[in-house]
Formats: sequence, C-alpha cells, structure tokens
Amino acid sequence: MENNKIVLLEGVCKRFPAGKTEFTALNNISLSFGKGEFAGLVGPSGSGKTTLLNIIGSLDTPSEGTADVLGKRINLLSHKEAAQLRNYGIGFIFQTYNLLPVYSVYDNVEFALLLQKMSSEARKKAVMEALEWVGLTDKVKSRPSMLSGGECQRVAIARAIVKKPQLVLADEPSANLDSKNSHHIVQTMKRINKELGTTFIFSTHDEKVMQYLDRIIYLKDGMVDKDEIVNK
Amino acid sequence: MKKFLLKGILHDRGRSLLPVIVVATGAMLTVLLYSWLTGVMGESLEMSSNFMTGDVKVTTRAYAADADQFPNDLAILDSDLLVEELRKVEPSVDWVSRIRFGALADFPDSAGETRGQGPVAGWAIDLFTEGSQEAQRFNLAASIIRGTLPDKPGECLISEDLAARFDVEPGEEFTLFGTTMEGGFSFTNFIVAGTVRFGSAGLDRGAVVIDLNDARNAFAMQGATGEILGYLPETYFDEEEAEAVKAKLNARWTASEDEFAPVAQTLRDMPGMGDLLDYTKSISGFMIFIFVSAMTIVLWNGGLLGGLRRYTEFGVRIALGEDNGHIYRSLLWEALMIGTIGSVIGTTIGVVIATSLNIHGIDISGMMKNATMLMPSIVRPAVDSVIYYIGFIPGVFSMVLGNALAGAGIYKRETARLFNELEV
Ligand SMILES: Nc1ncnc2c1ncn2[C@@H]1O[C@H](COP(=O)(O)OP(=O)(O)OP(=O)(O)O)[C@@H](O)[C@H]1O
Ligand SMILES: [Mg+2]
Repeated sequence: MENNKIVLLEGVCKRFPAGKTEFTALNNISLSFGKGEFAGLVGPSGSGKTTLLNIIGSLDTPSEGTADVLGKRINLLSHKEAAQLRNYGIGFIFQTYNLLPVYSVYDNVEFALLLQKMSSEARKKAVMEALEWVGLTDKVKSRPSMLSGGECQRVAIARAIVKKPQLVLADEPSANLDSKNSHHIVQTMKRINKELGTTFIFSTHDEKVMQYLDRIIYLKDGMVDKDEIVNK
Repeated sequence: MKKFLLKGILHDRGRSLLPVIVVATGAMLTVLLYSWLTGVMGESLEMSSNFMTGDVKVTTRAYAADADQFPNDLAILDSDLLVEELRKVEPSVDWVSRIRFGALADFPDSAGETRGQGPVAGWAIDLFTEGSQEAQRFNLAASIIRGTLPDKPGECLISEDLAARFDVEPGEEFTLFGTTMEGGFSFTNFIVAGTVRFGSAGLDRGAVVIDLNDARNAFAMQGATGEILGYLPETYFDEEEAEAVKAKLNARWTASEDEFAPVAQTLRDMPGMGDLLDYTKSISGFMIFIFVSAMTIVLWNGGLLGGLRRYTEFGVRIALGEDNGHIYRSLLWEALMIGTIGSVIGTTIGVVIATSLNIHGIDISGMMKNATMLMPSIVRPAVDSVIYYIGFIPGVFSMVLGNALAGAGIYKRETARLFNELEV
C-alpha cells in the first residue's frame, strides 16, 4: 500500500531563523500523496503552503522529520541528487510563470529536456506534444512578452509536463489570472491528471481552483487543520 | 545545451553587448600597445644594431673584453681574409668591417693655428665600395643637415652639434689626432663634406664618420679592422638566428688559445642590450597583466549585474533539475564564447589600425629632442604574428575570470526557498 504513495511526509517541521529565535513555518506535518492525486494545499497567507511545496520539490529540506518523494529521502540528497530528482520526476509551475524572456515558447519548453539525454527528434516530438496539450502549437515561435498571462501559464504547464514527470507542484498557479483563464488552466491540468496519471499538488487561495480538486488540505500556522477528500 | 546558451547570448543584448564592448576594447588596446611598444623598442634596438653592435659582432677575444675602449691595438689583423671566410660560412649575413676610434679633432683658424679642440667618437665605415649598405644603415642621406655626403677619400661627416660648437662650415679642413694600432701618435687631415644629425643625443654630441680605408691609413691598420659586424636579413633583431650564427662561428674558433683569435657575440652580449631585449620581451607579459586586471574588475561587475538580472533564469533552471555546478560551468562557457567574440572584434580593429600606422609611420621627433637613448625619429608599430593572438589573452581570460568571480555566488547559492525567491 505504501508503494503507491509517491510523497510521504512524517513529522515534518521547518524552522527558519528569525533574529535570535526561530520561526516555525511547518509544525509536525504528516501527509502522504498517492499516484494520480489532484490535491491542493489551502490556507491563509503565511500558513506554510509554499514552504511545504519547497520541501516536497527537494528545493529545501525539513528541519525535523522525514520527507520521501518518488522513493528518495529528501533529507539525504546532495544538491546533485536533488537536481536529478527534479530533472526526471518533478515539474514546477509558478505563480509568476517564470518563463525565460529571451527564448521562444518552443525553447522554453524544450529547455526542460535539454538536461536529459535525448535525441533532438525525440525532444521535438515531446515539445510539440506538450504544447498540444495546452493548445499552443500555433505560438511556438513567439516570445513570452508577446503572450497573454493565460498563455504564459499554459507554456509553463507545457514546460512542467514535457518530461512526463510523475509529480507536478504548482504554487498558486492562478493567482495572476482572470477567472476565464484560471478555469482554463486548471481544466488543462485536470485533463493531464486524468489522461497521463500525473500527480498534482497545488497551493491556492482560489475558489475556482478548489472546485476542481479531489482533495483539499487545510493548513493553519504550519499545521494540518483539515484533510478532506472532495469531488468523490 | 550549447545551442541553447548561444541563443541566449545572441538574443539577450544585455548579456553580451557590454562584455563584448569591454573585451573588444581591451583586446584592441592590447594589440595596439603591444605593436606600438615592440615597434618602438624594435626600432631602437635596430638603431643600436646599425650604429653600435650589429646583430652579430666578431672581434678578437682581447678586443671583446675591453670593447667599450675601442682597443684598436687588439684589432683583427687579417680582417679581409676573415670577412671572406665569414661570407662563405654565413652567406645570408651581410659582413662589414668597421673601425671605432676615439680621437681629438683640431679645427684650425685661417692662419693654421688651433681655433678649437674637442674629443670625438669616430666611426670608420665602408662608404665607397659599390653595394655597401653602410651609408643606408647610418641613414646618412636623410641625416645630412649641411653639405653633402663624402664622395672621395679624405672627406668625412661630422655631427652638426660639433660643427656648431666650433663654427665649422662644410668644406673646411681639420685634423684628427689619434693613436695608431701600434700605440703611436697619428694625425690626419680631413675635409668636412657635410654635417649630420642622427636624432639621438648620444650620437650627435661628437660623431665623426670617415671611410674605412682612410681610417686604416690614418691609424696604420692596413688589412686590419677593429670590428666585423654581421647583419641578418630580417628587419628586426632575430635573437634566435643571431645566437645560431654566433654558436656556429664560435664552434669553429674554440680550438685556439690565442687571445687574438676571433670571437662572435650577439647584440644581447653588448653592454645594456640584454636588459633592453628582456624588457622588450617582458612588455607583452606586463601589458597582458595590466589589461587582464583592469578588464577583470569591469567584467566581474558586469557579471554580477548580469547575474542579478538573470536570477529568475537560474532559479528556474535549478527548479527544472539543473544543478548549481552545471549552471556555473555554463556561465563560464558563455563567458568563453563572449570573450572570444569580443577578442575577434577587438583584434581585427587593432590589427587594421596597427597595420595602417605601420605603413604610414609616426613622427615622434618632437617628443624625442632630449632623449639619450638611440631612438629613431619616425617609429612604426610592429606588425608581427603576435598581434593576431595577443589580444585574445586578456580578452578571453578576463571575461572568464570576471564571470568566474561573479558566478561564485550562484555556485554557492542554496537551492532552498526557490518559490519564494522567484515570486518576489
Ligand atoms: N526563508 C525564510 N526565512 C524566514 N521565514 C520564512 C522563510 N520562508 C518562509 N518563511 C516564513 O514561513 C511562513 C510560511 O511561509 P510560506 O511562504 O510557506 O507561506 P504561504 O502559505 O505560502 O503564504 P502565501 O499564501 O502568502 O504564499 C511565513 O510566516 C514566512 O514568513
Ligand atoms: Mg506561498
């Protein structure tokens, strides 16, 4: 049963130095996520959502407790091993898109694959497929500055899924989007989740996003307040 | 990945324009300064070689030991035979006999009484033999101030400064008091054909140039000569070749114990010349050091600014699974590319400017009025193979070093808290 848990957090604490004392951003979090989940972390600002995503994404390590992601113990990874885990297993989507402005849409998506050993034909095929998923095959040559916010976020989704990761982490992906675009991108991700079986973990304040989630975890002051299955 | 990085360099002017300009400027200045300094140094070495040392000099061993005294009592006796031998052994070298001498010039008044007397530094060179390059070597035609070149035995040139001091006009006769090879007293009359100024205070103070045969007659040195100078075909002093000639000649002569046996020396062996040569050679290293230091500081700062600007990019690349070390190496690779591009541009411009200055020459006579060094009045930047690559050393090195320093922060950066950093 533990085998289909791709994220397993046990007693995770995260403390940040705050002046002479320490600030506890995450306090004894134990959670697990199975393959194919479409889950969201919800909670007020400062409740620890981003901090938790950082740890799951191997961008940060817990101060206490253990985090196992895709069979790797985050606490024990070197920089290189963590990079390797992100390279093959985890896709990221950011609130501010974070596309590379000097590159075309195609290059932005392709970049995620350049770190993997892959023939250029295979890369091209994967990039076009990912852009098809998000409906942007007609914008391959555009620069991010020529795209709308919704389009930028769709490029970011394509970039996150192009290497077919098992896990995609999205930190407030709709926060900068209008209602129509918010629906659109969450629907896109939901479709990917259904058809490719990719696990999504969001952080969000957004009601529009929440209505698509299968599971909502409420965080409060760095602790899990409520963990409920919805949409069943 | 390389293609990806190159695209970034080309599309992002903020990343490439400033560094390319800095690198190109530095490379260009390096090329120009190098060619200028080696040109000037080369020309003054050339002048020393022409007037004083030759590229290779053959004297007797005893003469060599005391060369600055011009000890003509230790001259080479069968010098014409030796010159013939040298021409056979090293035909590509132009071998010429010269006699250097110190003497007293006595300028008489109309009654034949001494009007003025002064010490002179004398050169006896082959002025009249068909095909002799000596007059050219001394740049005599262009150095004449008054009068003409000597065209028959018994005529000579004296330096304009000397002539002015004793109020001497071309056509006047004067007496040179010297010593014969045997140590006897000699006095000979010469007619001043013209006055010269070589453009170097050391030469212009009291030079007298007479013909070799006149000197032999005057100092009882028939068939003998103080020095045999060899000139290599190259324009500038070619030390390796000169050393090779020297080694070859000395190998022929080592067997003899005789202090009158000939010995060969190169320009480097002459007093002061070794330092000058070393200085000339170290110029490029010194310049590269200066430019690397200055440009590295500029490019380091440029790299820091660029790094700040690209913070998001590095964050995203880390999130996408690139490790810090890889990003750091890719930064260095970019620096290498930009450094190379800038160096190509700067070197091209520098070479074009140096070449055109080399063709036209630069007149520095105004600046050189009081110089004591042997310096020509028109200098040309040297155009040699070095100028094609010397600009790349500071160009590429400073760009890579500057970015290595600037990128150290990225290398050390913790991957932690990326989401937060990126979203600010
Ligand atoms: N690097 C850090 N150093 C110190 N404190 C930090 C650091 N990162 C986060 N914190 C603190 O930890 C707490 C949780 O931060 P976090 O960013 O996880 O909140 P969040 O739930 O994502 O909030 P938001 O909805 O505003 O994005 C906050 O109080 C924040 O100030
Ligand atoms: Mg957050």
